[in-house]
Amino acid sequence: MKNFWVVLFSLAFFSASVPQTAEAAGSAAGSTSESSGGAAKTPHVPTASAVQDHSASASQDQVIHILNRLSFGPRPGDIERVQAMGIWPYVSEQLNPQDIPDPFNSIHSGPIEASRRNPIELLAEYNQIRASERTNAMNYADNQVRGRRTMSEMQNFFRNMDRQYVTAKLQRTIDSPRQLQEVLTEFWYQHFNVCINKDIDRAWVGPYEDQAIRPYALGRFRDLLGATCHHPAMLFYLDNWQNTAPQSKGAKGNQKGLNENYARELMELHTLGVDGGYTQRDVIELARILTGLGFSQTPKLAPGLQPVGNFGATFDPSRHDFGGKTLLGRHFSGTGEAEVEEALDMLARHPSTAHYISYKMAQYFVADSPPRALVDRMSKTYLATDGNIKAVMSTMLHSPEFWAAENENNKYKTPLRFVVSSVRAIGFEPQDYNPLIDMLREQGEAPYAYLTPDGYKNTKDAWLNPDSLLKRINFATTVGAGALPGNRYSPPEYRRLGATIAGGKFSPQTVATIAAQPQELRSPLLLGSPEFMRY
Amino acid sequence: MRRREFLGLMAATSASYLVPHCRAWAIKSDQPNNGGKKLIVVILRGGVDGLNVIVPHGDPEYYAIRSSIAVPSASLFHLDGHFGMHPSLSALQPFWQDKTLAFVHASGSPDPTRSHFDAQDYLESGVPGSKLVSTGWLNRLIAQLPAKNSPVRAISIGPTLPRIFSGPATVATVAPETKDHPMVVDHPAIQKAFDQLYLGRKGDELSKVYGEALAAHKEVNQALDIAQKQDEQMRREQIIANRGAPLPRNYNYFGKQIAALFRTDPSVQVAFVDFGGWDTHINQGAAQGQLANHLTPLAAGLADLAHGLGPLYKDTQIIVMSEFGRTAHENGNGGTDHGHGNVMWLLGGTIAGGKVYARWAGLKTAGLYESRDLAATTDFRSVLCYALADHMRLSTTALAAIFPEFQPTTDPFVRA
Repeated sequence: MKNFWVVLFSLAFFSASVPQTAEAAGSAAGSTSESSGGAAKTPHVPTASAVQDHSASASQDQVIHILNRLSFGPRPGDIERVQAMGIWPYVSEQLNPQDIPDPFNSIHSGPIEASRRNPIELLAEYNQIRASERTNAMNYADNQVRGRRTMSEMQNFFRNMDRQYVTAKLQRTIDSPRQLQEVLTEFWYQHFNVCINKDIDRAWVGPYEDQAIRPYALGRFRDLLGATCHHPAMLFYLDNWQNTAPQSKGAKGNQKGLNENYARELMELHTLGVDGGYTQRDVIELARILTGLGFSQTPKLAPGLQPVGNFGATFDPSRHDFGGKTLLGRHFSGTGEAEVEEALDMLARHPSTAHYISYKMAQYFVADSPPRALVDRMSKTYLATDGNIKAVMSTMLHSPEFWAAENENNKYKTPLRFVVSSVRAIGFEPQDYNPLIDMLREQGEAPYAYLTPDGYKNTKDAWLNPDSLLKRINFATTVGAGALPGNRYSPPEYRRLGATIAGGKFSPQTVATIAAQPQELRSPLLLGSPEFMRY
Repeated sequence: MRRREFLGLMAATSASYLVPHCRAWAIKSDQPNNGGKKLIVVILRGGVDGLNVIVPHGDPEYYAIRSSIAVPSASLFHLDGHFGMHPSLSALQPFWQDKTLAFVHASGSPDPTRSHFDAQDYLESGVPGSKLVSTGWLNRLIAQLPAKNSPVRAISIGPTLPRIFSGPATVATVAPETKDHPMVVDHPAIQKAFDQLYLGRKGDELSKVYGEALAAHKEVNQALDIAQKQDEQMRREQIIANRGAPLPRNYNYFGKQIAALFRTDPSVQVAFVDFGGWDTHINQGAAQGQLANHLTPLAAGLADLAHGLGPLYKDTQIIVMSEFGRTAHENGNGGTDHGHGNVMWLLGGTIAGGKVYARWAGLKTAGLYESRDLAATTDFRSVLCYALADHMRLSTTALAAIFPEFQPTTDPFVRA
């Protein structure tokens, strides 16, 4: 298919002087047809020598491909920058986010700062509002009776949280120079999903992402697993805070019995996968191991509770089952919180986990149905490096499968990626995030709002449907025309836009359509084109 | 009568201790769905207080445990000597008299959760207790309807697709206003440009999906246009009747809107709409007050819907439900807290109406669920299965696909 793509700018009817980037686009396109033109050819993994000789080896298609996969879509100048620095230095830069200066580090207010707050302080604030609301309850109800639309303090509190967290998420995905970290943060968030709509989790999802996911996105899987297990947001979402050894000393109220919910998802979704070889017996045994793991109800720790992690999770020995357990054939003696860590170690190192995580990563970065051989190699790396995510990424990025022609532009964008890549392509900083948030909501991908613990999918099957395609076209047209409500920006001239998102290369049908349309419709058509729906 | 056969079948199976599986219900439903049957589902989010909607005034305990919020017997519309309907539902009284309105009381989910989040999740996934069913049961229903040429078979009122509709089958979302979201493709020149961009791309799935999208959008818009004109005509007539006083248009407009969509677009078979504001922890009121104020426009909207359907009413079932009921006792704030069993409302031409069905365990502590809530003695899916099997005429396999692993053990249609 690639062979038939043409360079937008080289066609005769664009008589205007060809900008410099367009010339670069043209020559790069020439080299493409040699390097990855035929489907029969072996995919060309850019060699390390391409680093020294960037004029020749790294084709523009490969640059676009790597930018598409390691970021939320190219911004103006990105293609040129990666072409200049070379593909592998770019990959290495992105694999080591700690070495990229992060402009968000110096921001200590607004949505970014809100996402750094301590969960237990937020809980205290919530409890305080709840108490004062009881006092004001009658006033509030009176207003309701009279049909007045007053927002309660509580609704206000939660609404504010929701906006802040989603805004912070969009700010980072759009603007962070640590793009791969953001791409992986989104991946892991969905893997360890917590839904914003469950009571106090509305106040916690932003901190959860910032405290338990982002710092570990490219680290060891075990650390990531531990961080999610030790965060109140997860312990509340999957009910483990209630998980209690029946008849234990501390059992009472809504904490008086075994709750298997988290134990089950911990194996089914977070580690082994549904076919990972565990039984219902194992679920119960893991639930017993997890008894007593919850979070503090107050900033000051109640007597008897042991702090776990840095964000308010606690271990309550009085609700723990200290009997012996057998998980996946291995004996655990009742030692308290140490058992939890031991179980996480075992699950993180399990071959089923290696395979399941590798499969999901390959699906996210390579193809909806990822090549089996690639998954196997990634899985091997996972086991050899004790679950080092960066190493698994590296195996994937150096694979011929990743660079195969059929795996370029083969992924259908999720709504989040579509929205963020549009804004990035135009290259503006939103002043009002609400139209972006509304669009995500309408598309069914409101950030943090997926109900069930399996998280939003990233496959085409999940997102391609008539209703949403039309809404994407609507959104693209609005953004491309510079008409996004609440935002002042000038969309770039369409050739510049075309160069940013695809090095100027589009299908003949797109080129012909654009040629026949007036100037003001050309950028909207590019963002609404079938090409821009994929990456 | 189909219903009688159905009940006969139920009686036979339960007597013989066979499990009357959801599939068994469909035995006489093997004639294929002719496509003319319609289903409308209304969810009241927040947990409506069913005990104050269909009031068990014949249960002496009711007045004892709800001293300030009980609806006085004198203000109720008496249904059968035991139950009475809240006065704010007066718009629905004619349907009761027509015998096309019924209630299944003490119904609900087998899952004990009192979390809005989880309970709504289960109500919409149709699989209580499982957090891993990503599709909604209405979406699974669409997949079981006979394939039609038209792209639009299901309509969701509201800007976003609710959980109950999530899944692979296409659902059109319609804004709860008079017209569909204006789309750039409504502009002829822009549509032409996008047609040229998308149509006729051989081997590109997006090309096909774009074509379907456009057709669906036009179909809905056309129907809404007609609906709006009809509504304006009606309003003009009403304004004349009211000597020029303009009429408020509140959220009961949903009734007219859905009715018009169904009338003008025969391929639409399923619709969904939801309303919030039922979480009455504080000062919920009795015959008047907060709950009453929410019930009035809802009843008016349902009546508008039933009337607006016209001849289609006989082919339509409307089901109103909520994620859970509320505590049997009132709380210290003149309200009620999250409870368990509730009442389901059934309205439509094929309903064996004029009856309140229930396995009534009573409001004495011993009969209450966990000593505090109305027990859910009928699984909500039993009622839904009946609607799908007997009304929508879905086959054995279809029902199993919509409510996997569900085995109803009780007939929902017994009298209290």
